Amino acid sequence: MTDTQGNAAPPLVDMRSITIQFPGVLALDAVDFSLRAGEVHSLMGENGAGKSTLIKALTGVYAIDEGTITVDGTERKFDSTADAQAAGISTVYQEVNLCTNLSVGENVMLGHEPRTAGFVDWPAAHAAAAEHLAALGVTIDPKTMLSAHSIAVQQLVAISRAMVLDAKVLILDEPTSSLDRGEVERLFDVVRGLRDKGVAILFVSHFLDQVYEIADRITVLRNGQLVGEYAVSDLPRDQLVTKMIGRTLDDLSAISDAAEHTVDRTGAPVLRAEGIGKRGFLEPADVDVYHGEVVGIAGLLGSGRTELVRLLYGADKPDSGRIEVAGKHVKITSPRHAIDNRVAFSSEDRRADGIIGDLTVAENIILGVQARRGWLRKVRRSEQDEIVNASIGALDVRPANPNALARNLSGGNQQKLLLARWLATAPQLLILDEPTRGIDVGAKADIQRKVTELSQQGLSVIFISSELEEVLRIAQRVVVLRDRKRIGELESSAIDLDGLVDYIANEGKGTAA
Amino acid sequence: MKTIVKHRLFWPSAALVALIAINAAVRPNFVKITMLDGHLYGNLIDILRQSAPLMLVSLGMTIVIATRGIDLSVGAIMAVSGAVALQIIAGSSEPDNLGVVAWAVFAALAVSLVLGAWNGFLVSVVGIQPIIATLVLMLAGRGVALLITGGKITTVNSSPYKYLSTGYLLLLPFAFLLAMAIVAIVGAVERRSALGVLTEAVGINPEASRLAGVRSRGIVWSAYVGSGVLAGIAGILYSSNIKAADANNAGQLIELYAILAVVMGGTSLMGGKFTIAGTVIGVLFIQTLDSTILFLGISPDQSPVFFAIVVIIVVLIQSPSMHRWVRGLKHSPDKQSPVDAPSDAEVAA
Repeated sequence: MTDTQGNAAPPLVDMRSITIQFPGVLALDAVDFSLRAGEVHSLMGENGAGKSTLIKALTGVYAIDEGTITVDGTERKFDSTADAQAAGISTVYQEVNLCTNLSVGENVMLGHEPRTAGFVDWPAAHAAAAEHLAALGVTIDPKTMLSAHSIAVQQLVAISRAMVLDAKVLILDEPTSSLDRGEVERLFDVVRGLRDKGVAILFVSHFLDQVYEIADRITVLRNGQLVGEYAVSDLPRDQLVTKMIGRTLDDLSAISDAAEHTVDRTGAPVLRAEGIGKRGFLEPADVDVYHGEVVGIAGLLGSGRTELVRLLYGADKPDSGRIEVAGKHVKITSPRHAIDNRVAFSSEDRRADGIIGDLTVAENIILGVQARRGWLRKVRRSEQDEIVNASIGALDVRPANPNALARNLSGGNQQKLLLARWLATAPQLLILDEPTRGIDVGAKADIQRKVTELSQQGLSVIFISSELEEVLRIAQRVVVLRDRKRIGELESSAIDLDGLVDYIANEGKGTAA
Repeated sequence: MKTIVKHRLFWPSAALVALIAINAAVRPNFVKITMLDGHLYGNLIDILRQSAPLMLVSLGMTIVIATRGIDLSVGAIMAVSGAVALQIIAGSSEPDNLGVVAWAVFAALAVSLVLGAWNGFLVSVVGIQPIIATLVLMLAGRGVALLITGGKITTVNSSPYKYLSTGYLLLLPFAFLLAMAIVAIVGAVERRSALGVLTEAVGINPEASRLAGVRSRGIVWSAYVGSGVLAGIAGILYSSNIKAADANNAGQLIELYAILAVVMGGTSLMGGKFTIAGTVIGVLFIQTLDSTILFLGISPDQSPVFFAIVVIIVVLIQSPSMHRWVRGLKHSPDKQSPVDAPSDAEVAA
């Protein structure tokens, strides 16, 4: 798709020479950005490139140090998110920022409820909400609780709310990371509809496919600076990636080749789970992982991938099955038991249950070792420095400042922090749930390379990813789940991407090849 | 200079110094310290002596708040502790016997520990919200104290027991030295071991801490046990000072003053990072303010209002958004106030 309304019309949002300085970091360095009515514009860049900062400048979260923001011909100064909203700029975040304990209609109309004699007229409010939702093709009862709906529907509700606020600019920040394919399609239909109505849409996503599917124009940032603005048709993918990371991507096939080492499956597996399950959570499943092996877990979102590994780690208590670690029967009903058996787990949602945001990089890395030793035996300063410096170096954590607060790091670096935390405890099995979700291409490759390297050194890994190419690239074996049930297991050398997709979709339904 | 102002103890310390300076300006006698009967004597020394119970309670409260909790039962535990100790001393034929007093203190602390453990059990094992879990004892505790004293105000005349609150050691009040020694011990345990950082981790993100293998249940539990024992010691000092176990008035409202001291010192009610030094300064500020009210002769019916006004001013002076606002005034009016750090902006958003 190319420019629709063309370049002639003045931009709806015009940001000029935006500069934002944080202590020790120049987050944005004189960046220009413009957004036109009736276009979908994608903001691309690695983590830490300044995407979030630019969005937060536009939504009034951060005050800008220099530069101007012009919306609809008027220069604006945003001191708060309310100012930006008043100027017609609305944002829908990855984690939906609505009140899940209110009804759909209440959420849509919040603050704009029709009133009679000062009292909210709820029937009218719900009717108005239903209308707004219907305009987006959403037909749900506005009286139902928001929490009763999927994330995908909640996002549509959030968009609907933005339309009630009469948004001229809609910012979609990683809206698709929790959606399945069908839900993404539905969201995109809504986005196209809004674009055709003249709404300016800023779409941020790490999925290149989706950017190429929906965006008209792309602005690339790198290290807080503007690289350039391009029409999608003028910018092939490889060039986009090169512009984002400032170098050509290291050949991923090298990782793939390295991953194809043979695994010795004669001895006792590092982990053997037989019939591990929990009622209403996951049907009993078997998993073996051998020394130095990477086992991938594939399946759609909600297929039971996360549930399976949480049971293996004791994060949730299984009610059936037995687990053997290195040939010995063990009881794993809490994370402590898993850790005592040198099993480590890095969870899917690294902000919510991975990093400790207000602790420093160093404290976060040491936490795993410290927890294992108990509170009485504090890791000595010299030992801490040694572990922290070694991990920051080995994993290329940026900023390489042990005293930075973990929450100020980008997603990719937070993931590296978690890897560092677990590697410092010298595990024999490392469980990684979506370690590359929502992080940039460069960091993705770093993490894949590191996992491959570690498995060659004898570490066993269970690797979950929504990106099947990634699973096939680094895993030797793939366990496939569907509808909270294990449906089979494949050697990754014996199958290609299409084969795996077909297997996930059809195996056991009588139509599989 | 800038780094001093940025230090998180700067504003609490500045408030304390300013308060003492104002007092000294109004009546120079306030800061006068003399020797009397072989120890130091003066208003400031009195403040130190009187601060001991609040100091101990606030110390425990700091750790509980760091775990994202709150302990409302400290005042009630003080009442129970005092009642147990005095009942034992009053029931003995030799109230001046050191052994009797030691046994009384031990029993009071043991009961306080059990009460703290009960709170910790409700919070960390049963999973009740801390404010509700400790509300149970806050309400029931005074009843227990009344049961112990049989509904009367037990009074004793025991000089070793009396010494705990009014005695002097090395020129200074024994109670203050005791409180500071306990502060130093708790500080050392928290920071020399990994307990402090693990407590902060649990307070900042309980689920991430659990998945990282931190035994958060034990850590949270220990915070309430500690708070209970410290409140028990505070109860002993209080009852020693008035030579009586007053189940209704011992530690009345002290939980709120303790929370105020903790927050003033710079520990967030959201849990996580905590500062014991900040709490000590917060306690001294509150105690000094209390004396100031007496000193200035403000009538008792007006003193709460005066107290509230001063507290509001101090809390405002400390707040980051106030700092930003002031900085905004100093810059030219149409220039936006620069963002301090992403963290501050996120809080504002």
